[in-house]
Amino acid sequence: MIEQKSPIFEVHQCSFSYGTSTVLNDISFSLQAGCFYGLLGPNGSGKTTLLDLMTAAHPRQFGRISFLGREIGSYNKRTLAQHIALVPQDLTIGFDYPVFDVVLMGRHPYIPRFAMPSRTDIDLVEAALAEMDVFHLRDRPVTHLSGGERQRVLVARALAQNTGTLLLDEPTASLDIRHTFDIMLALRRRVSTAGITVIATIHDLDLAAVFCDELLVLKEGRLYRSGAVQEVMTSDLIHDVFSTEADISLDAYHHKPRVRYRYAHS
Amino acid sequence: MRRNLAILPVLFALLLLLIVVATGLGYIRIPAMQVLQILASRLVESQVNGELADKLSVVVYDIRLPRILAAALVGGGLAVAGGVFQSLLLNPLADPYTLGVSSGAAFGASLAILLTLFGIHLPTAWTVPVFAFIGAILTLMAVFSLSSKDPRMSSNTLILAGVIVAAILSAGIGFIKYMADEEVGIIIFWLMGSLVGKSWPEVQMIFFITLPCLLVILYYARDLNIIALGTKTADSLGVETLLVRKILLVAATLITASCVSISGIIGFIGLIIPHLLRMLLGADNRLLLPASFLAGAILLLGADTLTRALLPHEIPIGVLTALIGGPFFCYIFRRRQLGRNL
Repeated sequence: MIEQKSPIFEVHQCSFSYGTSTVLNDISFSLQAGCFYGLLGPNGSGKTTLLDLMTAAHPRQFGRISFLGREIGSYNKRTLAQHIALVPQDLTIGFDYPVFDVVLMGRHPYIPRFAMPSRTDIDLVEAALAEMDVFHLRDRPVTHLSGGERQRVLVARALAQNTGTLLLDEPTASLDIRHTFDIMLALRRRVSTAGITVIATIHDLDLAAVFCDELLVLKEGRLYRSGAVQEVMTSDLIHDVFSTEADISLDAYHHKPRVRYRYAHS
Repeated sequence: MRRNLAILPVLFALLLLLIVVATGLGYIRIPAMQVLQILASRLVESQVNGELADKLSVVVYDIRLPRILAAALVGGGLAVAGGVFQSLLLNPLADPYTLGVSSGAAFGASLAILLTLFGIHLPTAWTVPVFAFIGAILTLMAVFSLSSKDPRMSSNTLILAGVIVAAILSAGIGFIKYMADEEVGIIIFWLMGSLVGKSWPEVQMIFFITLPCLLVILYYARDLNIIALGTKTADSLGVETLLVRKILLVAATLITASCVSISGIIGFIGLIIPHLLRMLLGADNRLLLPASFLAGAILLLGADTLTRALLPHEIPIGVLTALIGGPFFCYIFRRRQLGRNL
C-alpha cells in the first residue's frame, strides 16, 4: 500500500523545443501507480512529445523526469523496456512479418540474444493475441491487415511486453466502437486487477471520461489542468482548451461526466 | 522461422558442390574426384607428385580456385549487404547503390585509374581496390553527415542523401571518363565488373573483411527485425536503434566496399537475392541474411562459371548479371503488383 503512494513518474519543470518552436513549456506533474491517466489536448498541443520525453526517446532540454525515483535517462534501454511499453501513433511496419512474430517482439527485452522464446513468452503472446481479438490472424502477414487490425496487433505487442507502465498514443484512433471498447476494457482491467499504470492520449472525451481515473489536459505546450475526471471535465475547460461549446451532465449508467456538444451551425 | 531453417544447410551444400564442379570446368576439364584429390593434397602438404598432377594442381589451386572463391565471396557479400540495406531503410528495393556506396567505390577506382594514365605510377593492383574502398567509406560519411540534422536518421533522409551524393559522384565519374580520353576503355571495363585474374591476396582481403562484418550483422539480426517496427517502437523495446543502425550501415558498407574494390560494379545481386528470399522465406533477418549470403554466392559463382567456362566469349560479369537479373526482376516486380491488387 505504501508502494501505491509513491509516484511512478515525476515530471518537474520540463520544456522541449524543436529548433525555435517551443512544444512543451514548463510542465510539472506526478503520476501514481495503478491509475489510468488520459492525456487530452487539441492537435499540436504537445501530447506525443510528452510521451516521447517520458520514454526517453528525445534528449530532454530542460527539467527533470524521474521514473521509480530515478532519472529516466539513466536507465539502460533494455531495463526501461521491461518497465515501460509504448504504442506509438504510427502504425507502419516495414516488412510483412506474421502477426505472431510482431507480438513476440514485445518479448524482446526478456529473451536473451540467440535464445529461443520460452514457454512463458509464448503464453504471454497468445494471451495478448486473444485479449485483442487477433488470435485468428496470428499467421497473417501484418502488412495485409486493415488499420484497425494492425492497431490491435500493436496493442497486443505492448501487452505481451507485460510492463508495469503502458504509454499509448491514440490507441483507438482507427478502431470501430466494439474494438475501441475491447482495448479500453483490456487496459482498464489491467489497471484494476494487475495494478499497472496506463497513460493514453485520447481524443474522444466521453471515452476518456468513462475509462480514465485522472486527466491531464495540455494546451499549447502547457499543462492546463490535471486531476480527477469529474473535476477536470467541465464545459469551461472544453471551451477554453478545445474552443468548443459543450454541456456536461452526469451519465446515469457509468456515473461519469458525459459531453454533449453544441454545434454552432445547427 | 524454424520451419525454414533447413534451407541453410541445403544452400551451403549446394555452394560447396558448385565450387567443386566449377573448379573442374574450363579449358581443361577435370573430373570432380580429381579436383577433390588435388585440393586435399594441397591442403595437407604443398608437395604434389607427378608432372601432370603438378600442372593440374596449379590450374586448380593457383588459377581457378581464387577466382571461384572471389566470385562466391563477392556474390555473398553483395547479397547480404543488400539485405541489410533493405531492412535498415525499410525499403525492399534498396541495395548497395541506394546509399551511393557503390558509386563512391566506382569513383575512387576511376580516380586511381586516371592517376595512372596521367603518369603517376602507383601499382594499380592495389591502388584501385584501396581507392575504391576509400571512396565507399567517404561516401557513407558524406551521407551520414548530410542526414545528421535528422536526429533519428530516418530511412527517407538516408535514401535522399544517398541519391544526392550518388548523383554528384556519377557526374564525377563522367568527368573522369572524359579526362581519360582514349584510355577510357580501362575505366569502362572496370565499371562493368569482372572477376578475371583474381588471386589469393584479393580473396584473403575480401574474406577477412566480409567474415567479421557478416558476424556483426548476424549478431544484430534480431534488433534489425525490430527496427522495422519504427524507431520509437524499437527504442521502447530496448533496442539501441541509432547505434545499431550505424553499426550495421558501417558493416554493410565495408562488405560492399571490399566487394566492389576487387570486382568492379556487379549490379542486381544485392537487390534481387534478398528481395526474392524475403518472398520465399519471410522477412526474419536471422534467416534471411545468412540465406542471402549463401544464395548470392551460388548465383554469382554460377554466373561467373557460365561466362568463364561455358560461353564461347567471356562477357563482363556485371553485364551478365544485369542482363539476366534485370528482366527477371521486372517479372517478379510485376507479379507482385498483380498479387497485391487481387
